[in-house]
Amino acid sequence: MLLSCRWFSIEYWYLDSKPTENMIHFVLLISRQGKVRLTKWYSPYSQKERTKVIRELSGVILSRGPKLCNFVEWRGYKVVYKRYASLYFCMCIDQDDNELEVLEIIHHYVEILDRYFGSVCELDLIFNFHKAYYILDELLIAGELQESSKKTVARLIAAQDSLVESAKEQASSISNIIAQATK
Amino acid sequence: MEQLKTIGRELAMGSQGGFGQSKEFLDLVKSIGEARSKAEEDRIVLSEIETLKRRIVEPDIPRRKMKEYIIRLVYVEMLGHDASFGYIHAVKMTHNDNLLLKRTGYLAVTLFLNEDHDLIILIVNTIQKDLKSDNYLIVCAALNVVCKLINEETIPAVLPQVVELLGHSKEAVRKKAIMALHRFYQKSPSSVSHLVSNFRKRLCDNDPGVMGATLCPLFDLITIDVNSYKDLVVSFVSILKQIAERRLPKSYDYHQMPAPFIQIKLLKILALLGSGDKQASEHMYTVVGDIFRKCDSSSNIGNAVLYECISCVSAIYPNAKLLEAAADVIARFLKSDSHNLKYMGIDALGRLIKLSPEVAEQHQLAVIDCLEDPDDTLKRKTFELLYKMTKSSNVEVIVDRMIDYMININDNHYKTEIASRCVELAEQFAPSNHWFIQTMNRVFEHAGDLVKSKVAHNLMRLIAEGFGRRMILQIVESYLRIIGEPKLPSLFLQVICWVLGEYGTADGKFSASYVTGKLCDVADAYSNDEIVKSYAVTALMKLFVFEIAAGRKVDILPECQSLIEELSASHSTDLQQRVYELQAIIGLDAHAVECILPSDASCEDIEIDKNLSFLNDYVQQSLEKGAQPYIPESERSGMLDISNFRSQDQHEASTHGLREVQQAATVPSSSDTGSSEVKLRLDGVQKKWGRPTYSSSAASTSNSSSQNTVYEVTPVDGSSNVNSKAREASYDLKKTQVEISPEKQKLAASLFGGTSKSERRASSTGHKVPKGSSHVLKSTAGSTTDVLVEKTTPVQPPPDLLDLGEPTIKDGPSSVDPFKQLEELLDPTQLGSSANPGIVGSTSAPDIMQLYSDKPASGQSGGFMYPSSSNRSDDNLVSGLANATTDSAHNITAAAHPSQFSKGPNLKDSLEKDALVRQMGVTHQVKIPTYLKIC
Repeated sequence: MLLSCRWFSIEYWYLDSKPTENMIHFVLLISRQGKVRLTKWYSPYSQKERTKVIRELSGVILSRGPKLCNFVEWRGYKVVYKRYASLYFCMCIDQDDNELEVLEIIHHYVEILDRYFGSVCELDLIFNFHKAYYILDELLIAGELQESSKKTVARLIAAQDSLVESAKEQASSISNIIAQATK
Repeated sequence: MEQLKTIGRELAMGSQGGFGQSKEFLDLVKSIGEARSKAEEDRIVLSEIETLKRRIVEPDIPRRKMKEYIIRLVYVEMLGHDASFGYIHAVKMTHNDNLLLKRTGYLAVTLFLNEDHDLIILIVNTIQKDLKSDNYLIVCAALNVVCKLINEETIPAVLPQVVELLGHSKEAVRKKAIMALHRFYQKSPSSVSHLVSNFRKRLCDNDPGVMGATLCPLFDLITIDVNSYKDLVVSFVSILKQIAERRLPKSYDYHQMPAPFIQIKLLKILALLGSGDKQASEHMYTVVGDIFRKCDSSSNIGNAVLYECISCVSAIYPNAKLLEAAADVIARFLKSDSHNLKYMGIDALGRLIKLSPEVAEQHQLAVIDCLEDPDDTLKRKTFELLYKMTKSSNVEVIVDRMIDYMININDNHYKTEIASRCVELAEQFAPSNHWFIQTMNRVFEHAGDLVKSKVAHNLMRLIAEGFGRRMILQIVESYLRIIGEPKLPSLFLQVICWVLGEYGTADGKFSASYVTGKLCDVADAYSNDEIVKSYAVTALMKLFVFEIAAGRKVDILPECQSLIEELSASHSTDLQQRVYELQAIIGLDAHAVECILPSDASCEDIEIDKNLSFLNDYVQQSLEKGAQPYIPESERSGMLDISNFRSQDQHEASTHGLREVQQAATVPSSSDTGSSEVKLRLDGVQKKWGRPTYSSSAASTSNSSSQNTVYEVTPVDGSSNVNSKAREASYDLKKTQVEISPEKQKLAASLFGGTSKSERRASSTGHKVPKGSSHVLKSTAGSTTDVLVEKTTPVQPPPDLLDLGEPTIKDGPSSVDPFKQLEELLDPTQLGSSANPGIVGSTSAPDIMQLYSDKPASGQSGGFMYPSSSNRSDDNLVSGLANATTDSAHNITAAAHPSQFSKGPNLKDSLEKDALVRQMGVTHQVKIPTYLKIC
């Protein structure tokens, strides 16, 4: 009994762990050397599963030649990836989603990053991955594309930044005052 | 150089001072970046974790420092390490009033926590507060978290506020509120079912972003319940129209396309709404047609929208013009150099093929190119397409290809999928039992551990029910050959053991000691696989019983004796039981064993008394003796008592026929049901024999005469008594034909050739296929000709028919009603890929004609085939050239021509080779029918 169901219990854990249907299951940014630059999981995965997914996918994607499809079929899902310089942007979607659209969502994200950082490069993302997360949160929510206007996203991020800046100034001035007062 | 750049960036950042990270953090990131190996990276991260663990609990950490620690935690977690010790600090940070810290805290918790994490309860309060904030950015941040972390239990806590935010003055907030409600709906549809009207309302929001976001939940809602949203068709169409007419703000343009992402979402929704609904679909035709025209096919996003249009067109009620437009786009995708577009083209073809199967014919070469592409993704997609277009005429080629591919991959997930597809196709379309068995053997041999056990049971059933003696002998022979191979999958061994037990000695070709020896070897070699051993033991028992029944002396081999002794002390009660039964039965006389295990009776029905009323007396007696009453399944805890019950029952049932019970007992142990053991014990008998769906097909091939029917389609000469040798030869030839790596042309013909013809043939012969075995081919040929004659002028001389390739196909759809609309569509596209349909049409047409006319005169073919085939190739070449010229006259894309010309000689080669092969001997004639049949 155990023998015959052995395969299914191992192989389908992804399916079991996915209670809801969102369009994008996760976003991965991997460098050409296989280093993780950003991960965002819209479907629940345990830390162990995440490591496994990243290992498997980077093995598959990094070894693919330049002229092949930007899509990989993987465990009943599809992973759409695109390489920008030394960085691979990957998104995992369902079998019947529109791959070209997802490819453009990736590009959309990259364009927004580019506008934000001013000709973005991998290092920007390495050191400011949290910024990349904030931007991603304005673009995708719960695995769905929430905003397709670059301008709107940029405006929102700018508003947040300015607010953060002013809050920071405030905070630092207050802490200065406190520091001086306590001296 | 890298380092210099790093330093440069760092300096730049330092001067900006905007991001406020400490040197320490930058060093960490840098050292990770420079790590040469995963191990080095892990070491750095682990020491970082230690540092953070120590630092984060220090008292009075400045806020900025704390924020950085949290970001460092995020970093550690991102790299795949466990930062759970810091989760609580991230949660604490969300409580902070400072927006900067709050935002960091929120970011961290969305990355750290899953919706079922215990800490979420500590955030809900903060979220509630933040949703009420005056600052819309705080509200946005809170809504982001809501989307990620609110679970079924906490929905009620935030729901009223989220609903309120739907009317917020800021569009960013409204948008996120919609997404949050959508999330709630996904998590627990009942919690927001009363709020569904809000989605409809938001569809009319002034802000396109909010409207676009509203499409996400509407898409989900419509997927589940189409009918309640039919009234929105007009709204969706008008929105789509406005977008296509560029009435949306410029900021939604993307690469010169007006709001393409919203267009795609709308097209997806329209596809759902228009599916099978003529009225709704009619509203959509104009706008979808507009989009087809307006889409910029040079950009990727334009193609994404086009692809979605095709999906939509193939989902809604068919419209000739739109299908034509879709076919054009597919043609462009497939001809493109981009692998992505080819992939999408194949996918789109798979969608459209349901509506207009002949579209595939135009692209057969492109499809075959994709099948042979080095890109695995493209290859798999093409297999998916082939799977969709499989029918009895091309199943052999497709399944053989699939299995060849399956053997060479390591990806178990895909292997399982493709194996089950092979099995499915073989079950559905198998042209002959022999082919079916061979295919199953291959699938089992290479992916036996990945297919479901039900498949194996089906196979056993088919062998028992559907095959004649001779066939079974062949199977036994093949199994005895295969059984020696190392490392066979368990499931396959089960089938082998069962078949050998049932039929191993049936024909007297193999002695019992030979077969039992093999079975003992199996039990020995797979000593840790109890199921296989069980099957082997049962098989041994059957063999011994048949020996006894036949009045021969049973001589038990020494290894067999030692196996029996070993297993009688086995830890597995099931195995033990079997061995004891074996020993008991061997001691009985011939008459008794014949009652217990009659020969070849595995498919005889057994009356099953599900109430087990025959046990009543026994139960009553036992109860009177003070036995425990039966405990219903629901109140039972362990499985142990069940097996006790089972063995008891087995003895009882043995009066009925131990053999069947034996098998029944095997089933639960090998299938993965695991539930309701007690019931399975008897129901298993039926279950073993697999899906009911299969029984019908097996029934049709169950007796040996109908088996011949299927079989003798192959020989062409029409002689009524084809001996088995010819059959065997035909198979071998078929096999070699596949192994001679078929050239593209041939493959194309075998994959696509039958498309339109088989359709017609099916419709015309369906009612008049004679039962007589040898007439099958004749009748098929006859009816096809009938159809041809119908199409063309009544007195059509054969020479004209030779050129008929195109007209035949062109006319084909017009006679078949559903494809009538496609008539006009076919003309231009036909030219693009004329070479092949031409061949296909003309190869089959003249063959059939000639066969038909020649058959009465010459009992043997082979002689006349050669001239006809050489004719064929010439004619086709000419027509191919002619077509090419018309092409250029029509000024259709030049790219198509070279490829067509280059196919020319290929085609000639392959056809000449064919002809040669045929010329070589009479036996080769069997090849023609295969070809013909496929065509």
